Amino acid sequence: MERVTRARLVGGLALLALLAGAASVAVGSAAIPLAHVVRALSGQGDPIERAILFELRLPRAILGLAVGAMLGLSGAALQGFLRNPLAEPSVLGASNGASLGAVIALYFGLAELHPAMLPIVAIAGAFAALGLLFVLSAGSQSALSLILAGIAVGTLAVAGVSLALNLSPNPFAAMEIMTWLLGSLEDRSFSHVALALPCITLGMVLVAWDSHALDALTLGEDGARALGVDLRRTRVRMLVGVAIGVGGAVAVSGAIGFIGLIVPHLVRPMTDRSPSAILLPSALGGAALLSFADVLVRVIPTSNELKLGVVTAFLGVPVFLVHLMRERRLW
Amino acid sequence: MVALSADRLSVRRARRVVVDDVSFAAEGGALIGIVGPNGAGKSTLVQALLGLVPATGAILLDGVPLAERSRREIAQTVAYLPQGQSLHWPLSVERLVALGRLPHLAPLSRISRDDHAAIARAMVAADVTTLAARVATEISGGERARVLLARALAVEAPALIVDEPLASLDPAHQIAVMDILRAQAARGVLVIAVLHDLGLAARYCDRILVLDAGRLVADGAPSAVLTPARLRETYGVRAWFGSIEGVPVVVPLTRDSAQGD
Repeated sequence: MERVTRARLVGGLALLALLAGAASVAVGSAAIPLAHVVRALSGQGDPIERAILFELRLPRAILGLAVGAMLGLSGAALQGFLRNPLAEPSVLGASNGASLGAVIALYFGLAELHPAMLPIVAIAGAFAALGLLFVLSAGSQSALSLILAGIAVGTLAVAGVSLALNLSPNPFAAMEIMTWLLGSLEDRSFSHVALALPCITLGMVLVAWDSHALDALTLGEDGARALGVDLRRTRVRMLVGVAIGVGGAVAVSGAIGFIGLIVPHLVRPMTDRSPSAILLPSALGGAALLSFADVLVRVIPTSNELKLGVVTAFLGVPVFLVHLMRERRLW
Repeated sequence: MVALSADRLSVRRARRVVVDDVSFAAEGGALIGIVGPNGAGKSTLVQALLGLVPATGAILLDGVPLAERSRREIAQTVAYLPQGQSLHWPLSVERLVALGRLPHLAPLSRISRDDHAAIARAMVAADVTTLAARVATEISGGERARVLLARALAVEAPALIVDEPLASLDPAHQIAVMDILRAQAARGVLVIAVLHDLGLAARYCDRILVLDAGRLVADGAPSAVLTPARLRETYGVRAWFGSIEGVPVVVPLTRDSAQGD
């Protein structure tokens, strides 16, 4: 019984992610009929339409799916690993570190040297945050000390970003940083995909590797060790996986919040609630949700294109209101 | 059959000696009780036997030093039910019992048919099949104690170490749990149980280790170990010893005034 519903859940979410990806390819400011999309994908059709599809929309769709999957998966894994339902990729400071790296690249003009420069410095920022996290929480295996160290690292990174905004030489430079911080997948190319996808793939494998350890940790650290879990290795894999994967994701998309926080909460009621059972559904759900949000920013008519991070933040609020009402037994 | 031995085992915590020079050897097929006053080092001793706390001295599991075995190997060989196990996540009872199969699972693999059979056996043995779909954080303390025992049984390891498995159980379930431990020993499992109920320990155990202030002060058959003099010395109590229908009975009566504070 359980297996059937799980197969249905995973199948349903995979279909949803596929639809979202297809919508992301099909929808945009230039109206391209579906028949033309199909023709372009088979290597025929109008060269301008093909250029739009392959050089603008396809990389954007791939990044939407991959970044969403990484954020959803790492949120689900961290909630289990830290045994805290409010955990998300940013609690360990990796995404803030990546943001700081990107801001440094923008502030010092490194981003103008080469399109790949910003993402590379952003990934370096995620690793610097990870290194600091290891130094601060060394020797301790408790979830609380890890969360405290993560908050310290993340706050430091946010302070650095604020400093860059504060000291930016002119309003345009500050605006450029602010725009990046809002998060977007606009104008991304296959060079971004080539940079982010290996990071995200490696990150997802490392994070998902310890799914059994996450289940064992529901019995606490000693309980998990008595079940054969090597907590030190689990911790290294988890933290490195989040830093590489989320660092790679944030590097190309900017800071997109709430996906890692809300998606596990959305899929959890449809599973047996064990930490391992929500990993795959959260990855698929994250991919679908971020891709749909990315279609939404193109469809909603505003003078400037809406930023993705703004839309996901607005999506996050109702989910938490529902949880609050359930907690207070109002619903 | 599994063999577990400790040679001059000591554990220090914050410069205090918690387990002091303990040596013993045990083999499968026996139910061994560890008794002693609060703070005698019973839980620390069993944690050291599992390699969960740093200790000096030698621990051999099937002739191999514990330090040379991986956490996974130890977990496959020795199942452990900690004292007062806390639950950090609202799992269903069935999923919680299924955690017992984790030592046998390769990374990224899923639970097999054999695993399901072991989980079902453990749930029947601990009398928790009717609770399968309930949420483990929302059941009563006594029910949770039995569910956690089922979790330890589901490992189906050749050795089983349980720390105060009777806490918060009613008399019927206390006897049921001791019957389970007895049955495990009869199947060849080495069962080591930290117990507080001296009557049940006397009645069910093949052998009893008495721990006092970290030291092993007595080791032998219940009748040889649980004596009025030993109880007065270790616990500071006078006790009534007897037998009802052939069942040994130990009833602590009063605190011994000579030991009182």
